[in-house]
Amino acid sequence: MFGFSKAQQFAFLTMLALIVICPFVLYPVFLMRVLCMAIFACAFNLMIGYVGLLSFGHAAFFGMGSYIAAWTMKFWHVDAAVAIVLGGATGAVLGLCLGYLAIRRSGIYFAMITLALAQMVYFFCVEAPFTGGEDGIQQVPRGQLFGIVPLNNDMAMYWLVAAVFLGSFLLIHRIIHSPFGQVLKAIRENEPRATSLGYRTDDYKLIAFVLSTTLAGVAGGTKALVFGIATLTDVHYSTSGEVVLTTLLGGLGTVFGPVMGAVLVTTMENYLAQFGQWVTVTQGAIFVICVLAFRRGVIGELGGALRLAL
Amino acid sequence: MSDSILETVDLTREFGGFVAVDGVALTVRAGTIHALIGPNGAGKTTCFNLLTAFLPPTRGTIRFKGRNITGMRPAHVARLGLVRSFQISAVFPHLTALENVRLALQRARGASFDFWRSEKVLQVYEDRARELLFDVGLTGEADTVVTQLPYGQKRALEIATTLALDPEVMLLDEPTAGMGHGDVERIVELIRRVRGGRTILMVEHNLSVVEGLCDIITVLTRGRVLAEGDYASVSRNPDVIAAYLGTPHA
Repeated sequence: MFGFSKAQQFAFLTMLALIVICPFVLYPVFLMRVLCMAIFACAFNLMIGYVGLLSFGHAAFFGMGSYIAAWTMKFWHVDAAVAIVLGGATGAVLGLCLGYLAIRRSGIYFAMITLALAQMVYFFCVEAPFTGGEDGIQQVPRGQLFGIVPLNNDMAMYWLVAAVFLGSFLLIHRIIHSPFGQVLKAIRENEPRATSLGYRTDDYKLIAFVLSTTLAGVAGGTKALVFGIATLTDVHYSTSGEVVLTTLLGGLGTVFGPVMGAVLVTTMENYLAQFGQWVTVTQGAIFVICVLAFRRGVIGELGGALRLAL
Repeated sequence: MSDSILETVDLTREFGGFVAVDGVALTVRAGTIHALIGPNGAGKTTCFNLLTAFLPPTRGTIRFKGRNITGMRPAHVARLGLVRSFQISAVFPHLTALENVRLALQRARGASFDFWRSEKVLQVYEDRARELLFDVGLTGEADTVVTQLPYGQKRALEIATTLALDPEVMLLDEPTAGMGHGDVERIVELIRRVRGGRTILMVEHNLSVVEGLCDIITVLTRGRVLAEGDYASVSRNPDVIAAYLGTPHA
């Protein structure tokens, strides 16, 4: 099924079952936050895990997707689906521009350039009038899906978010297992050799980057819809850091790792919220433990122990 | 000169003030195995990087099949049929041997940006990939992840991958570097067997390999061509002996 291995099929069906059951047990808004973070982390993982490039500026695409979806929703009253698509389109266009400038670098240089460009986007958002500055865009209506399904009901919204998540998850899986994905892996493994076989590696990396930023925009747009708000936090570098942490904790380059990471990080933020500043300190400590003790992340270590690719 | 397939004129590359390759005029005739030898730092690998456009030359021109390829992109040069290997083993370590060869064959599809298609479309290349693996003696290792292959088999796989592109000219950068005696003979035998009349330009340190395999030898020292000819004449050239062994005044 979809080119999953046996173990991945099992994991996928488990995940599917959890997505269906959980909203009846847990608070749907919390679950939607997990799923939005999961889309974002899966998108980020496409770059770091399958192209080997660490983007430290993914908040720019997430945040701009969020702003554009919120703005069009609030002032143009577009359909919810259109708002999410516009969020993705924003991620794509911005990804193409910033990626074009950054993609020729690799390693730490790529991380630094993406961070610098994302900071420029952040300061643009601080100054630009349409973002509402420190206030952000608030009270965004959820509107309707395809003009018929009202989304004010949390359950209706939840199924939409779940569908967007599954669509993104399967799209990424398909990208990884496509002829294009084969070339990406070749580039990750040995870029000069891929060049010597006649592949223009920069083109492949740029397309992968744009796919990743598109999905980051989709994640941002969906998030804006769920919470009815788009703020500077979404474009702030701490959001870029959070997606790095999420993916690392779950497992770089694994299919289910980013999803697991999103569950863990979001749960942590939710239950530690009462401790205020201590959330960041706890996250930092967990990050250190992760790097020292289980570098492959939760899913990576689990897969390693079971000798399975998850 | 009508049968020259690869030709350089005044090929020069400077790094800062250091001239790594200095006015090299090299002519590789079609169908020959041509060796590039010289002591460490003579500019052999830089020469390779220039020929395959991995480095732009400071000066000079490179002609391939009569066409000026100076300043082209490396991927473009590879597509024209001038394909290189690397000094360190150039494989994709976490993919299987079959996937390694298939990646080269897959390039024939043109730009494969189709991220929406299943990799099942690549199955058409598998028979040819298996043939190539058979040619280099890796039939049993098709589904082995390459990190698990011993060094000699990695080099053989690299040759299979290069051959998959069906290049007119193969540039091999030290194909036997770091190998034990048995492996060296096997690779030499392999190159002789599978090249199928292709032109080969190779950098090689092992002089017995050069002697047994190569038709023409160019000796480089300090970025310049010191001597050229067959093994017998080059190995008797007093300048070459001096460059390799040093002179009392050096």
